[in-house]
Amino acid sequence: MNTTLYTRREWIALAIVAALILIVFPVTMDVFRLNLVGKYLTYAFVAVGLVLCWGHGGILSLGQGIFFGLGGYCMAMFLKLEASSPENTAIQSTPGIPDFMDWNQVTELPFWWVPFKSFPFAAAAVILVPVVFAYVIGAAMFKRRVGGVYFAIITQAIAAILTILIIGQQGYTGGVNGITDLRTLLGWDIRTDSAKFILYFVNAVLLIAVLVLGQMVRMSKFGRLLIAMRDKEDRVRFSGYSVADFKIFIFCLAAAFSAIGGAMFTLQVGFMSPSFVGIVPSIEMVIFAAVGGRLSLFGAVYGALIVNWAKTSFSETFPELWLFAMGGLFIAVVMAFPNGLAGLYRSHVEPFLAKLTRKSPPSPAPDTAPVEAVKLAAE
Amino acid sequence: MQQTNPASTSKDFLLSVEGLTVSFDGFKAVNDLSFYVDENEIRVIIGPNGAGKTTVLDLICGRTKATAGSIRFRDKELTRMREHEIVHAGVGRKFQNPSIYEDLTVFENLELSFPRGRGVFGALAFKRDAEVVSRVEEIAEMIFLKNQLKTEAAILSHGQKQWLEIGMLLIQSPELLMLDEPVAGMSVSERVKTAELLHRIIQDHSVIVIEHDMKFVQDIAHRVTVMHQGKVLSEGSMDHVQHDPKVIEVYLGH
Ligand SMILES: Nc1ncnc2c1ncn2[C@@H]1O[C@H](COP(=O)(O)OP(=O)(O)OP(=O)(O)O)[C@@H](O)[C@H]1O
Ligand SMILES: [Mg+2]
Repeated sequence: MNTTLYTRREWIALAIVAALILIVFPVTMDVFRLNLVGKYLTYAFVAVGLVLCWGHGGILSLGQGIFFGLGGYCMAMFLKLEASSPENTAIQSTPGIPDFMDWNQVTELPFWWVPFKSFPFAAAAVILVPVVFAYVIGAAMFKRRVGGVYFAIITQAIAAILTILIIGQQGYTGGVNGITDLRTLLGWDIRTDSAKFILYFVNAVLLIAVLVLGQMVRMSKFGRLLIAMRDKEDRVRFSGYSVADFKIFIFCLAAAFSAIGGAMFTLQVGFMSPSFVGIVPSIEMVIFAAVGGRLSLFGAVYGALIVNWAKTSFSETFPELWLFAMGGLFIAVVMAFPNGLAGLYRSHVEPFLAKLTRKSPPSPAPDTAPVEAVKLAAE
Repeated sequence: MQQTNPASTSKDFLLSVEGLTVSFDGFKAVNDLSFYVDENEIRVIIGPNGAGKTTVLDLICGRTKATAGSIRFRDKELTRMREHEIVHAGVGRKFQNPSIYEDLTVFENLELSFPRGRGVFGALAFKRDAEVVSRVEEIAEMIFLKNQLKTEAAILSHGQKQWLEIGMLLIQSPELLMLDEPVAGMSVSERVKTAELLHRIIQDHSVIVIEHDMKFVQDIAHRVTVMHQGKVLSEGSMDHVQHDPKVIEVYLGH
């Protein structure tokens, strides 16, 4: 029955992910490295959203950077205003406004910045602004039955346009440098080691919450409908469902997850810039999900960690080769391992583990079934 | 083309199609078509390839938008409704090629078609309760798949897929079922079972069937509508249309 949220195997997977990010990393790493891992994990939020939206629902968005960025910017605007108190900015020609505005001859806080002085408003905006934007995109596209490659291209275009807009409106957005020099959150200095340590845990707990929420969606009838929509959209319509509504919802949910990731990025890394909004980061986020396994929520976490770790090590030595390596990785995953790490784990590691743990009972048949965890829903 | 149906009687039909026309870039796949289906009637539409049979079903279920004409189902005008609303109104449609969810099990295929939790939040909150399970089992029994409930739909035989899709319609409890070539690709024994299934279905549903297999048509039809080039060529009992010279000409002409 579908009353159980996790199978035994998935409980173990959840426990391993939780132990890894809540215990192993904090115990074995110094604050600098832990902060780096925390940054990687903010991308996992996006990848988890993509697992639902793309892996299950078949909606490939190449513009998730939009929502990561919007969430991150909403948080950054609040932090920036707090860092721009009249005392802190006394040397500016207009004290009390963000420094980049002053440099760009802006003499008054733009009206749409004003509400971001309130933390409750900013926190709500972190989720609502990206979700409303996703709703508008989703309603415009899915109601018109735009899907597949066309949808992917349009999301790319929107990501590109948003980047250009942010860079162009330097006086209001901080331009290409983004919003930098963030200091305190409600008076709490987020630049200190102890703050970074705490923020890492806030991020980790939020990520686990998002994983559980994602699992709840996946195991509901909604989750099975996503698979059905991916395979036979027309049939779903003629089973009496408004396909567009379902697509809009899952796209908005993926946007909300991405936005939480973006806001946590801003808090942990201390800035937000257009380089996390555009085409390249958006494609990278799809690669995290693909490498982890596009049907596996946990895989998304490993995908984000491993690819980012590889990126950091690789781009230190051969920065100009990274993009090619990334492209190659994507092609390799899609062509050879369509179910990513999760698929490899299920087909190679798990039967091996089963053999190890169950030596005495007579030949337990190794689980050779394909990765589609979906089938478990029937049990 | 004059109509060979009792349109003038003021009787209430379950489905009234009048002056239905659809044009694909100037090509009229369905051209000023009218026909009427009674309650609990089993109507078979036959006609040569490309006559427009599938297109008529597409128009009724909202997959294709009509260029002109009207389709009334009870008191609802279907030409103005969206696909899922037409389903909610009580029209179920089986496609020419079996259209099922290959990655899901037989149980899940039927469950997704169960008419509850059809909104976004309804689907999130949907519980697989005893009512759902017993209804799924009941339908599975009818469509000869009760021992395959946990089987992934992809590995069913072609005939079983056809049955599964019929089951997916039945669980919606539609008033009108539209079946596009339900016995295509079936073995002789499967055909016999399908005819049996249809006889059970028509006890409490109206059915429109498109079929090429004349023996099968003879076995099930109340009335037959013969289509040719988007129009009704002949209509009446099987016996009547079989002896209609226009029908003989079209069928012998190719
Ligand atoms: N979407 C479409 N665009 C253009 N032409 C179409 C479209 N759908 C159907 N047609 C054309 O309309 C005509 C009728 O097609 P339809 O599929 O309704 O025939 P049919 O009677 O079901 O034939 P068959 O017995 O082969 O299934 C065909 O010539 C077909 O090519
Ligand atoms: Mg046809």
